[in-house]
Amino acid sequence: MEKKLTGSTLNQRKLSRAALNGFINYGIVIAAYLLIQYLLSAGKVSNSLQSLLVPTCCYIVMAVSLNLTVGILGELSLGHAGFMSLGAFTGITVSILLQNAIPMTPVRLAVSMIAGAAAGALGGVIVGVPVLRLQGDYLAIVTLAFGQIIQNIIMVLYVGVDENGFHITAGSGRFDISADGTTIIKGPMGAVGVTKLASFTAGFVLILVTLLVVQNLVNSRSGRAIMALRDNRIAAESVGINVIKYKLMAFVTSAALAGAAGALFGLNYSSTVASKFSFNTSIQVLVFVVLGGLGSIRGSIIAAALLYVLPEQLRQFNIADYRMLVYAVVLILVMLVTNNAQLKALVGRVLPKRKGVAGNG
Amino acid sequence: MSFLNNVINGISLGSIYAIIALGYTMVYGIAKMLNFAHGDVIMVGAYVCFFAMGSFHLPPVAGVLLAMVVCTVLGIVIERLAYKPLRAAPSLAVLITAIGVSYLLQNSAQIFWGAATKTFQPIVEGSLVLVPGQLSISYVAILSVVCCIVVMAALTLFTGQTKMGKAMRACSEDKGAAQLMGIDVNATISMTFAIGSALATVAGVLMCSAYPVLSPTTGSMPGIRAFTAAVFGGIGSVPGALLGGILLGIIETFAKAYISTDLSDAVVFAVLIIVLLVRPAGLMGKYVPEKV
Amino acid sequence: MKKKNLAALLMAGVMCVSLLAACSPKEQSSQPPSQGGSDVVTIKVGGIGPITGDNAQYGTATQWGAEIAVEEINALNGPIKLDFKYEDDTGVADTAVAAYNSLKDWAKDAPLVIYGCTTTAPCVAVASETYADRYFQLTPSASSPDVTNGKDNVFQMCFTDPGQGNAAAEYLKSAGLGTKIGVIYNNGSSYSTGIADAFIAKAKEIGLEVVATSTYPEDTTTDYTVQLNACKDAGADLVFLPIYYTPASLILAQAKQMNYAPTFFGGDGMDGMLDMDGFDKSLAEGLLLMTPFNASGTDERTKTFVETYQAAHNILPNQFAADGYDCMYAIYEACCQIDGIADMDSAQLCDALSALFTGGDFSVDGLTGTGMKWLTTGEISKAPVVVKVENGGYVTQ
Repeated sequence: MEKKLTGSTLNQRKLSRAALNGFINYGIVIAAYLLIQYLLSAGKVSNSLQSLLVPTCCYIVMAVSLNLTVGILGELSLGHAGFMSLGAFTGITVSILLQNAIPMTPVRLAVSMIAGAAAGALGGVIVGVPVLRLQGDYLAIVTLAFGQIIQNIIMVLYVGVDENGFHITAGSGRFDISADGTTIIKGPMGAVGVTKLASFTAGFVLILVTLLVVQNLVNSRSGRAIMALRDNRIAAESVGINVIKYKLMAFVTSAALAGAAGALFGLNYSSTVASKFSFNTSIQVLVFVVLGGLGSIRGSIIAAALLYVLPEQLRQFNIADYRMLVYAVVLILVMLVTNNAQLKALVGRVLPKRKGVAGNG
Repeated sequence: MSFLNNVINGISLGSIYAIIALGYTMVYGIAKMLNFAHGDVIMVGAYVCFFAMGSFHLPPVAGVLLAMVVCTVLGIVIERLAYKPLRAAPSLAVLITAIGVSYLLQNSAQIFWGAATKTFQPIVEGSLVLVPGQLSISYVAILSVVCCIVVMAALTLFTGQTKMGKAMRACSEDKGAAQLMGIDVNATISMTFAIGSALATVAGVLMCSAYPVLSPTTGSMPGIRAFTAAVFGGIGSVPGALLGGILLGIIETFAKAYISTDLSDAVVFAVLIIVLLVRPAGLMGKYVPEKV
Repeated sequence: MKKKNLAALLMAGVMCVSLLAACSPKEQSSQPPSQGGSDVVTIKVGGIGPITGDNAQYGTATQWGAEIAVEEINALNGPIKLDFKYEDDTGVADTAVAAYNSLKDWAKDAPLVIYGCTTTAPCVAVASETYADRYFQLTPSASSPDVTNGKDNVFQMCFTDPGQGNAAAEYLKSAGLGTKIGVIYNNGSSYSTGIADAFIAKAKEIGLEVVATSTYPEDTTTDYTVQLNACKDAGADLVFLPIYYTPASLILAQAKQMNYAPTFFGGDGMDGMLDMDGFDKSLAEGLLLMTPFNASGTDERTKTFVETYQAAHNILPNQFAADGYDCMYAIYEACCQIDGIADMDSAQLCDALSALFTGGDFSVDGLTGTGMKWLTTGEISKAPVVVKVENGGYVTQ
């Protein structure tokens, strides 16, 4: 990089590099999918790994979408699981309502996921419009509060359908459904008896869609505006960037994707309870994002995949009681090692210097 | 009468939140980090006190002091090993490390002390009867409120009058400038963690005396609540933490009593959101305009 | 930023490779070499429950209770040996399904029976998996009817929630207790809500007066004064608490603080309160609860179990542990009655065991009941026993 670059060529280079990075991400996902499909057909994947495929896809989408808020928009969110919850229960409800209308499983799954995304987006707008004018940790606490509110509300929600139509009440007292009706969500018992619609391929498609949406957003004019807001809000505002509009754009996109992931997740298990999507789940996804690297989409994908599978794979070492302890230690050590100045210097010496790729990897 | 009862319960719950929130707020003010492991230090403090009183038959005061010493050391060790190396790292990296420490403490507690719930022996028992059969205040509640006020007064004096306290305020204003003035920033931050952890122990013992169950996950929910209280009052502000804690306790109790026990969490957090919309820096927080 | 990512990924990569390397299943099964006699058949029993997290105390109890039974059974030198492994589900459905699949990997082609889960939501998720994959499943403590509903392979050792709620209302009616009844329950728990809903419905039907119902959102709640005040203000002289013992112990303490002394009546989740480390037993004096297990029981089997359990884990066993113990004996005794078990795979074993359990002739004696049988729904039929706490121990009513 000795040669001096003029502003415009630098910009072009950056863009093409961003595009290239995007293609590499698609490549990695597609290659991983093909490899796993091959291994599956050869019967070489253990049951335990097989059962983790769909949730891993969901968590990858969660991580990439949260990265949009935390890494690219630069606002800490502690309630991402709340959007997942909205998506999950909406998706489950829609899939049961459409049981007879759409007999084809993949179509019903797709419709449910779109409904989940819509619910997530709606949640994103409801939270986003009033609170995006808050900053930093105050925004974080509001997202945390939102996650708790969603959890609390779904916990008391009873939803069902019978010949008289669709019923929805808070608390079981007034919930009266005829004997032939189907109860979809039963308060604390959550959604029980859900038909599993999710498949690994659906998860794979969802990841591709997520990449398409997020990467195109990041590399667009809007994306640059969003990153400008992150880097210096006041400077960005001074050149005429509409803060609320672009913040909301990133936030709602992120919430919608989380909703879709939630729908897929909810339709992968026969029972789902609201307490699953607690503060801890939000934190878990945040861990994936930070470990993968803020703003790095590829990092999010890889970190989510590895870290979701890690505690499950620790099972085979017969350390039962110590499993989560090991996870905690690994978490701390990874943070310490990756932020160690000496080690960074060492890595810097070994690897050739590259510039201008920070941000949207 | 039941209204008065609810007010009393709210204040006693709130004063415990307030003591925890003070720890949060101090650490945040100086180290600019959300210490999610704070709630788990409460749990460790309560366990140490539990065993000191139960197994070694120490008097309550000695038990609490021992627990404070253990937790202060623990706080400093955690800070040195896990947070100090990350001084230059982005704040989110520290946040994740704090979460790791929180998991570590919870799981270690379970391995050392078992998952079974323990019943904490209250350090003071009985209650002050105001109207027989209708209105009474437990001594633990009185003690919590007194502790809360004493702690706050002591902290205000400490940060306002002592050299160390002034160093703390300097660090929270501007670490770089503080260092240039010859303040040992690392020692100051360690001191903050020490005080925060000692406060956590007091809160833990009071909380377990008021609500006498103890398990490895005891600290996590009050931790989140206290964090909320700290933000509510304006994070970084000592009187704000007190006000936020007490208000949160009262709102929680009132929401349960007069709105719905089903939705009390939702009400508490909805009130929080509304307050933040009206006062974006919390009730007592200073709104600092950004400089260009 | 880039370098840090690289370092993070490198590290994560190393971890992953080391894990995958360890993935190749090691042959280190703990089963003893079958001594000479080829007629000893080893059945793998895979247990699932929370041994970390909020519900860890319940999961560890079901694990430890089962382990004691397995040791006893394997020492019998009978025709069947059990190879037991327990996996953590942290009380969450998706983790439970992952745990179940790792148990499938552990068993490989050997016949496997699933024991668990401890809590309801994970159990429902795992039950639909075992139903599809054809594994026999027996849960010690997941008590919702949703667990067994529509699945011919899933059975319960505990009472169902509605069953318990109905039994509680009927007991109160027949014993003439409680003219005005208050109910406090956890509306974030399916166990608690299940019992409470059935109780309230049944109470209405048979003419008991429920004057107050109050809820709280999770078992980590610490302040119950509002709920107690609601009952007190409504003049309830009996408070029904279909909840676990940890929150119940707080409710008892706080009721005493406010000088409110109704009769408290609890479900089987209340068992274990007296054994809480440091619990002031006088608080529970006069408490009524329905429990199938009494740790101060005087029969030989209970005594041995309690002694072994205490020696190993330093606490008294509760109903969860006893149900776990009984589950192992139910599995063992059922397996002993199946002809040609040596040549069966998991699916065949599942069908044979399910047929036996629902056949009507099979019954088990255990710590939580004698002559326990199962209905075709998978529900257990055993008589609920109401005990009263007197002088720090249980007295059967």
